[in-house]
Amino acid sequence: MSEMNEKLVFDRPSAMIDRPTHYCPGCHHGVAHRLVAELLEELGVVEKTIMIGSIGCSVFIYNYLNVDAVEAPHGRAPAVATGVKAARNDKFVLAYQGDGDLASIGMAEILHAANRGERIAVVFVNNTVYGMTGGQMAPTTLVGQKTTTCPDGRCADREGSPIRMTEIIAELGGTAFAGRASLDSVKNIRTAKKYMRKAFQCQLEDRGFGFVELLSACPTNWKMTPLQANERITNEMIPYFPLGVFKDVTEEGGAC
Amino acid sequence: MTKQPERIFVKGNEAVARGALAARCKCFFGYPITPQNEIPEFMSAEMPKTGGRFVQAESEVAAANMLLGAGSCGIRAMTSSSSPGVSLKQEAISYMAGSEIPAVIVNMNRGGPGLGDIGPAQGDYYQSTRGGGHGDYRLLVLAPATGQEAYDMTIKAFDLAFKYRNPVMVLGDAILGQMKEGITPWQPEGIDDEAGRDWALNGADKREKRLIKSLFLEEGALAGQNKHLQAKYEDMQSYVEYEEFETEDAELIVCSYGSIGRIAKSAVRTLRAQGKKVGLFRPITLYPFPSEPLLALARQGKRFLTIEHNLGQMVDDVRLAIRTVADSEFAPIYPGNLPVPEDIEGPVLKCLEGK
Repeated sequence: MSEMNEKLVFDRPSAMIDRPTHYCPGCHHGVAHRLVAELLEELGVVEKTIMIGSIGCSVFIYNYLNVDAVEAPHGRAPAVATGVKAARNDKFVLAYQGDGDLASIGMAEILHAANRGERIAVVFVNNTVYGMTGGQMAPTTLVGQKTTTCPDGRCADREGSPIRMTEIIAELGGTAFAGRASLDSVKNIRTAKKYMRKAFQCQLEDRGFGFVELLSACPTNWKMTPLQANERITNEMIPYFPLGVFKDVTEEGGAC
Repeated sequence: MTKQPERIFVKGNEAVARGALAARCKCFFGYPITPQNEIPEFMSAEMPKTGGRFVQAESEVAAANMLLGAGSCGIRAMTSSSSPGVSLKQEAISYMAGSEIPAVIVNMNRGGPGLGDIGPAQGDYYQSTRGGGHGDYRLLVLAPATGQEAYDMTIKAFDLAFKYRNPVMVLGDAILGQMKEGITPWQPEGIDDEAGRDWALNGADKREKRLIKSLFLEEGALAGQNKHLQAKYEDMQSYVEYEEFETEDAELIVCSYGSIGRIAKSAVRTLRAQGKKVGLFRPITLYPFPSEPLLALARQGKRFLTIEHNLGQMVDDVRLAIRTVADSEFAPIYPGNLPVPEDIEGPVLKCLEGK
């Protein structure tokens, strides 16, 4: 086949910087980053995006996406995003958080930003563990899961049960879209992008707060191969964290 | 005919809020705590009228981080609180200093430590001038003594925040915040909301993306950032403000700031009327501290007495300033007590006679 007949079917989105990521093999942050980049481009908002990076492995998202960004203290990304949106109401504001960040230290900030109906989008990467600090127990750690701070496995009586954030967020008045997807298979990744698009559109259409939880792998801290980690998402995480849309007002007038 | 400037009768808290509006503050993030509630209350009513946004945050922590977000966009933004609340804001203040985000933080100091009381105190001097949060950083700290100064200095705080890309604190106390008096509002001219904002976030439209952060992991990068910050703090040293009152022939100089500085001035007036050679030195910038003018007075052979509404904090800076030629006595006003000029006259007389 001559070069003239070749058709490019897959490329790096321009919103992604041409740089290898620092994430461990099998980690899903790279997939999540790419979905964000594709959507920013497809929605035409790359040049009007202000992103908030949060503490944890994903703090370096600003090294991979070609958008303006500010770094937030641990858990405070939704508050920082609220401030950014208050200052620049015409910009697309996106916060990217992990489970320790969002569901533990930042629980108040995420709930209140959602409840106020802040016109921001939050991508929540749930891998049931504190990744960057070396695998400690997170609020989302499954019962029985061993971590460095629950070495005998999480016990519901002792440490409480894993928190289902999307269900909680969906209950709040200001939430326009809340959905949980998974990055363990191509099919689920496609659904994840669909949900993220909806969450992003909530802000662009001035409907309310947009939230997407992404079930993700942390093979290093789970002490698994990437394939085993994917299987764990399928077999253990999804049964406890059901996939789907928990709130969607995009066909209605808006959340508030 | 020149129009007479309007005089209004307001609490110090309202003077701060009006000053912020005059300085074209666009975003205010608050959380209730006594004795500063009139600031967020005023802002909640007035900010929307100016096209700005008022947010009552879920906590002081969140309010300060909202300020961080707005400040990173190069917008004039403010938060206010009182002592326990300002402790909660320290996380974001450290990050803002590390990320070089301009912002204005008002602290109407109340009694401490802990929950303390809701009365006036100056126990937050160390916290304000030494960083308060983690890491090596400084805030510019302005200490108004009157409602008019509260108005003027709030306006100035915004200019300084953007001049140095640094958080600025206006440090008042419950006396200043709750006392009502006449002020003359004025409107600053020539505020350019876009000038010097080539670092601010507004979307990478046809330019390289911008990143505002305080994380520097590469070998030597954090050292470089700290050197840069220290050079900035060095540069700030040229900006000092202070008041000298009856110091020329004074034998003893009272060093006091803020509300206590104002009360001490009344005490000095009374003692002067009795023929006592006393004067007042009132630092207005607490950081940078006006060390040089104080040293100049020390070199004239004056003696010093520092009086604060705490158990001895600014006295450290006074002693550092004059250490090569003199020392300073210290008299505390215990937090939990509301002083009057007579309370200050006693220690001053005792110090004067004890030479």
